Amino acid sequence: MPGFFESAGADGGASVALDDGELSVLRSLTVQLLELIGPDQHENEDVDPLQALFAEGPSEPPRDPALARLFPDAYGDPGAPADEAAVTRSAEFRRYTENELRTRKRERLLAMVHGLDEARGAPRDREGNAVLTLDRAASDGWLGGLNDLRLVIGARLGIEDESTTEKLFDLPDEDPRKAMVIAFLWLGSLQETLVDTLLPE
Amino acid sequence: MPVEIERTEEQATPDEAPVPEVPWVTVVHNDPVNLMSYVTYVFQAYFGYSKDKAKKLMLDVHHKGRAVVSQGSREEMERDVQAMHGYGLWATLQRES
Repeated sequence: MPGFFESAGADGGASVALDDGELSVLRSLTVQLLELIGPDQHENEDVDPLQALFAEGPSEPPRDPALARLFPDAYGDPGAPADEAAVTRSAEFRRYTENELRTRKRERLLAMVHGLDEARGAPRDREGNAVLTLDRAASDGWLGGLNDLRLVIGARLGIEDESTTEKLFDLPDEDPRKAMVIAFLWLGSLQETLVDTLLPE
Repeated sequence: MPVEIERTEEQATPDEAPVPEVPWVTVVHNDPVNLMSYVTYVFQAYFGYSKDKAKKLMLDVHHKGRAVVSQGSREEMERDVQAMHGYGLWATLQRES
């Protein structure tokens, strides 16, 4: 059955069969997240690489709630009112780490796009589906990337607790959020089945 | 990495009581999106915890809303928090209470 990961090979790899529609949805969501995270400073040729290495990141959390979930504060109790020391420490931590984290997230999303493009051009299975095959290292990257996609879509759908999720499952077909909910659930099953290949019982 | 400059013993003035080393902890918070199996996997893969320990911590996060997943110096906990953010888990560090 397409759309679910299965173990492949002895080295802990995984593979999934995807039809053209699934390939294109997955690629499009991944590219959108890449755009949301923003360009890599190092890609700008005018920037001295050494200077870029020491460039400080932002000190404030992203205003977009979806991005804020990908780059949360490192200090402070989420349930408690913000205290000054935690705000200062979070800002400092962010300046030193956020650029690196953005680069890491961007790189694994780019690897996903490349993997999907390769799968699209490779020989199809008997049902005509593209077969995406990941080695162990690629599986790790995909797990993190799929998780980031789900976090961002979850934020866009306003998922704040388990009860919101249940309500979203029951949306009528004409609801404009329906397609996003279906994508969210599908990404969840992709991620779940990929974890299963890495966590044998 | 931002770390507090820790005063070494040689620098401490003799008449000042030594400040006890208070360890820091990494706390992972519950969120409704992360899959339970993925959180368990992260605890196993990153911290090298056994499946049982990883699962217990994941269940603590899920039911109690948070769990302490590691402890150590502030620098070590900042590294762990950054790694958790890399995995997409919602983590913060704080002094052990």
